[in-house]
Amino acid sequence: MQLPAHAAFIIAAYLVTVLVVIALIAWVLADYRAQQRDLADLEARGHGRKSGSNLGSKA
Amino acid sequence: MPLIDLANPSRFLALVGRVLPWLIAATVIAFVVGIALAVAAPDDYQQGATVKIMFVHVPAAWLGSFIWAVMSIAALGTLVWRHPLADVAAKTAAPIGAAFTFLCLFAGSMWGRPMWGTYWVWDARLTSVLVLFLMYLGLIALWNTVEDPSRAARAAAILTLIGALNLPIIKFSVDWWNTLHQPASVMRLGGPTIHPAILTPLLVMTLAFTLLFVTLHLAAMRNEILRRRVRTLRLLEAHGA
Repeated sequence: MQLPAHAAFIIAAYLVTVLVVIALIAWVLADYRAQQRDLADLEARGHGRKSGSNLGSKA
Repeated sequence: MPLIDLANPSRFLALVGRVLPWLIAATVIAFVVGIALAVAAPDDYQQGATVKIMFVHVPAAWLGSFIWAVMSIAALGTLVWRHPLADVAAKTAAPIGAAFTFLCLFAGSMWGRPMWGTYWVWDARLTSVLVLFLMYLGLIALWNTVEDPSRAARAAAILTLIGALNLPIIKFSVDWWNTLHQPASVMRLGGPTIHPAILTPLLVMTLAFTLLFVTLHLAAMRNEILRRRVRTLRLLEAHGA
């Protein structure tokens, strides 16, 4: 199969798009885990809220 | 659930937990369909295969402006209605908006080199989008510089509304000035000027990118609410110690 003309520019555009989208997803997931960890630490020390302290942990 | 209930962060978190799996599924389906249509789309008679770059460039350009518009509405929520989630919405949208504006500029330059013979030209459309990207970075820096969230929220809201003046400049720059960038070909009064074979994948990819933004934004808002909860608990802990 022959690559189309200017294939390098097309591949570069899609490759960077995929990398940026992966970076955004990784940022959101890592941040979520970090906040959950911090909340769990605070609860373990007796400072967590009793009501709604685990909200948002199901998704 | 009445809309006013979403002002309560705990109820908002519960709602996000329920809708996020559905949004993720819708985003994945939209991307699968969009990419399949994009791969099958014919080459343009002038642009050749480089028209495929448009399937990421145009959605990214749309989101760059759309996200700033969302942040502007949130800024009004902060300044006028003092909605507790307004600043959370604006702050978490900014990095996503910056990422998509960067993608718009990068994909545009990848298209520009083979089609125009240059990666960059200082015409009104490209320059106003670059200004948008720099404003996103400025807002992110502002939020990271001011430690008190309520003070940062007011300053960022004012800056966001000032920056919203750039949105009509971006939109109409191709009409107001003589630019190398082509005039509007999708969102125009007379309807799109693009052939359906190209327009359909373009619209599906735009829908997929928009769903991706909504998904990422809700997830990032949840993170920010949890971060503020952690901050409050740490302050209470410090005062109690």
